[in-house]
Amino acid sequence: MSQRLFVKGNEAVAMAAIEAGCRYYFGYPITPQSDIPEYLSRELPKLNGEFIQAESEVGAINMLLGASATGVRAMTSSSSPGISLKQEGISYMAGSELPGVIVNISRSGPGLGGIDASQADYWQSVKGGGHGGYHIVVLAPASVQEMYDLTMLAFDLADIYRTPVMVLADSVVGQMKEALVPNPRPVTILPEKAWRVRGRREGTEQMIVKSLFLGDGELEAHNWKLHGKYDVMKENECRQELFMADDAQLVIAAFGSVARIAKTAILMARDAGMKVGLLRPITLFPFPTKAFQEVTLRCKKILDIELNNGQMVDDVRLSVARDAEVYFYGRPPGAGSLPVPEELFEQIKKHY
Amino acid sequence: MKYDLFIAGFGGQGVLLAGNLLSYAAIIEEKNVSFLPAYGVEKRGGAAMCTVVIADGEVGSPVIGRPSTCVYLNQTSLERYGAKVKDGGVAIINSSLVDDSSWDRDDLEIIRIPMNRIAMELGDPRMVNMVAAGAYAAKTGAVALESLEQALKSVLPERNHRFIPANVQAIRAGAAAVGR
Repeated sequence: MSQRLFVKGNEAVAMAAIEAGCRYYFGYPITPQSDIPEYLSRELPKLNGEFIQAESEVGAINMLLGASATGVRAMTSSSSPGISLKQEGISYMAGSELPGVIVNISRSGPGLGGIDASQADYWQSVKGGGHGGYHIVVLAPASVQEMYDLTMLAFDLADIYRTPVMVLADSVVGQMKEALVPNPRPVTILPEKAWRVRGRREGTEQMIVKSLFLGDGELEAHNWKLHGKYDVMKENECRQELFMADDAQLVIAAFGSVARIAKTAILMARDAGMKVGLLRPITLFPFPTKAFQEVTLRCKKILDIELNNGQMVDDVRLSVARDAEVYFYGRPPGAGSLPVPEELFEQIKKHY
Repeated sequence: MKYDLFIAGFGGQGVLLAGNLLSYAAIIEEKNVSFLPAYGVEKRGGAAMCTVVIADGEVGSPVIGRPSTCVYLNQTSLERYGAKVKDGGVAIINSSLVDDSSWDRDDLEIIRIPMNRIAMELGDPRMVNMVAAGAYAAKTGAVALESLEQALKSVLPERNHRFIPANVQAIRAGAAAVGR
């Protein structure tokens, strides 16, 4: 067994990227994710990798696009306003079917907002934040161990589906320190990157990675192809955690940091004799629709809790059984707005 | 068992190092632990806080509304966060800097330790945080003193390892002060 370390969530992301074989990082500093570039700027040169502090977030995402087009594993990270700047590039990557990992340790908004924990980037992440009607895979870690494990998974999913993958967390998970077992990279069968651009010197045919399709019917077919992949992801890649949900009469739906706070509130409710459980989406896209359908066949009350004014609750409402009731409790992000377990317990009592 | 702890003081008192040290001691003991620093727009001399949860099982929320133990290293933190300690909980107070005579909590076990004086007697006022960590460990039994001492090696950078013996003394002095 690997040694048990004690590290920050952000450091776990950087460590996982290296273990996953990522040797190229492009980014621009922004709180609260700067531990990621700090770690990689120190470690990548030792591994003959490349760390580039770009001139801007726009530069960084286009460097990621370029690196990924050559077939290497590469990553960028930022926080909400910086991720907004990257959206054009993410759309181009999705259109060009390029793998690549984008980490968003999100902060509060809109606009410059603040640096506090926030889940207000849910819509932007899962609904196609840039133009053109695409999706990317979105993974939502809730612990330091998951920051590591899901970053590792992000690289594999990116390669398997030829898609950008986002790891979406916030300053609670990013700045928190917990135990970490740095598991070795799992052995996964990955498709060969036959599409990668490699220059003409190898004597092969010219490869072109692009998102421009001008021929009659060409772009429509390309869009159907992309959406066909999203259907496969929905079928095969949904991940969620169920906690005390088997006998629950009220199930909390929550992701990331707030799901952790909810867990303690659930234990308070259990101590008070209330049967409450948790359904925590780990993949936000593809959304674990089936898990919500299954839970609400039996349990008819869902309380959706988010660090925003209500975003994931849309997808929860679209996923539950028809006769299930969905309640919402949210705290829009900002200094002093992080709810405590006692506060969520009050909401449980209100809706139980 | 589950222990939760809130430590508050001003920047420079070593609040975060004390939290880190207690957390690492829990790691050594193969427990689960979360260390959550208060995260904001920080400045020197400003407020510094952290929350530590130590558990045999799952940690659950790293955010705690009413911690069962709070450590107050300066006056402002008591004034601002005095209401935070859980009813019937424990408050460990640095009585060198904190006057709690007008504090209106009569449900708590209050442990007053002159941490600055103890640290100074041992040669360095910067060891206030070690006195506090030792006091917390001795009071609650959340981690063993030996684990705290062992954790110093991992938490302190190599260049500061020469200070470990003095810090061990401070941890022990803090623990001894609890019994008095």
